[in-house]
Amino acid sequence: MSLASVPIAPRASAITWRFATVAKVVMETPTARTLFLDVPGWPGHRAGQHVDVRLTAEDGYQAERSYSIASAPEDARLALTVERIDDGEVSPYLTDVLRVGDRLELRGPIGGYFVWDNVLSGSLLLVAGGSGIVPLMAMLRHRAAALATADMRARHRVPARLLYSSRRWEDAFYRDELARLVQADGALEVAFTFTREPPEGWTGFRRRIDRMMLAEVAWPPSERPRVFVCGPTPLVEAVAAALVDLGHDPALVKTERFGPTGGSP
Amino acid sequence: MNGEALRLDGNAAAGILSEVFVPDLTTAHATCANCGTIRAMGALPVYAHGMGTVMRCPACDAVILRVARTRTRLWLDLTGARLVVMAAAAPAVA
Amino acid sequence: MTEPFVSRGFRGRRQPSATAGRLPPGQYETHDFPVLSAGPTPHTSLAAWDFALRGPNAPVARWTRDEFQALPHETVTVDIHCVTKWSKFDTVWEGVSVDTLLVEAAAHGVKPAPYVLAVSDGGYTTNLPLADVTGGKAWVAVKFDGASLAPEHGGPARLLVPHLYFWKSAKWLRELRFMERDAAGFWESLGYHNYGDPWREQRYAGDP
Repeated sequence: MSLASVPIAPRASAITWRFATVAKVVMETPTARTLFLDVPGWPGHRAGQHVDVRLTAEDGYQAERSYSIASAPEDARLALTVERIDDGEVSPYLTDVLRVGDRLELRGPIGGYFVWDNVLSGSLLLVAGGSGIVPLMAMLRHRAAALATADMRARHRVPARLLYSSRRWEDAFYRDELARLVQADGALEVAFTFTREPPEGWTGFRRRIDRMMLAEVAWPPSERPRVFVCGPTPLVEAVAAALVDLGHDPALVKTERFGPTGGSP
Repeated sequence: MNGEALRLDGNAAAGILSEVFVPDLTTAHATCANCGTIRAMGALPVYAHGMGTVMRCPACDAVILRVARTRTRLWLDLTGARLVVMAAAAPAVA
Repeated sequence: MTEPFVSRGFRGRRQPSATAGRLPPGQYETHDFPVLSAGPTPHTSLAAWDFALRGPNAPVARWTRDEFQALPHETVTVDIHCVTKWSKFDTVWEGVSVDTLLVEAAAHGVKPAPYVLAVSDGGYTTNLPLADVTGGKAWVAVKFDGASLAPEHGGPARLLVPHLYFWKSAKWLRELRFMERDAAGFWESLGYHNYGDPWREQRYAGDP
């Protein structure tokens, strides 16, 4: 994989199916795994894009699902974080059966609309529900890589805030890494909210994201932050509606609904 | 669960559209043939469950694009889009 | 020649079924009731709802909700088969048979024609031969599993034609239009089979 510069120009050729090899598997939570993949010929991607994964059974039966790319364009390996959806068809295979050395058929990168590139200035507001954190984490990783050698002033030109809703602390992905990113970067803030069972002693938000919470966390509309909202459809709809209601320009609010289950079953 | 819970965003159509078009259509702008509303296709409501992918106008619900994959063919109906405008590929450097 | 790729250990959702004799080719049994939609769920109030049979030369027979409810209803138990490969056995529906509707409509001068177009709220359409909605093969269903048909499953009323793939059982049904010539509906004009017999696996245009 090359540390290709972010391709802003339109795609020059059709996307084809290719084979990836699972190089490493990391358990993010009891029900979610990150698959680190080696993908020969991978053309590079932009933060926020996804891949389509295709599984083929011995009798030729195929199932296809989309998964957001978790890795930054700068990362050496392509990473997908998959949450196991009970009685899903594809996700349990990816979390329970697939192992290091196996090959996985995928195509991508797909989707140039829900992307954020470090060339953009201005505030970045990310709102995630459940596994909706995945493409937003790719954006934060990309931002961190791009600002790795930047000084405080440069960082504050692209301030970023993440509001991340999970059921419980144990269900939140990337907790340690988010803590490290915040520690290293004065211009990044992360707020968690837990909807079912906050950790003991928790003094932060403990409810579904609502208009009041967004008013507290988001910059004022006059700041014109770029907003990305991703997660289960009901959350995305409620957040997008609340942001517009608070006065944010709908053209600056990009959404990626993951469907009613909030993931690819 | 109502139909609105099934609706996705334009990104959900990007995969199958990549089989038909080389440029990324989700960054293109489509004009609804029914009401004239112009939107980035990435922002269109998408219904994509099993039989095919349908992109609709967020203002009037008319079908803008529908595509189905059968065993050997892709069927594309773009009659719901009066116009689709996208960035041209950069010309090759001589 | 390389061997086709197989995902090690992947079997998919389908399992062998004890009811294999009831499954059309290529189907698997589900105990859910998956919802497929090509658009937002219409929410037509019962007060606003009416249903019509329209003949090819304009005469229309129309029923309000109350008038429709007063027609003789039947309860049927049928297997249903979706072209996306799931089948559901022993589903229970209540509705008015299309045969009954045709008899009632004849009193208003509505004569059927060889082809039918089912027209739904939201713009969905599907086409069928007249012979496939008569002779006890089709109903306008208002109840599923003993309860009023939910909007996500096609309520207030949907067409029920269980011997064909379930896309022919149009949700949110408002009208059956009789036509002298066949006209392809929403999916039939996008690559799906014009007739759709699950037992001959007629999923796509061109399937024998």
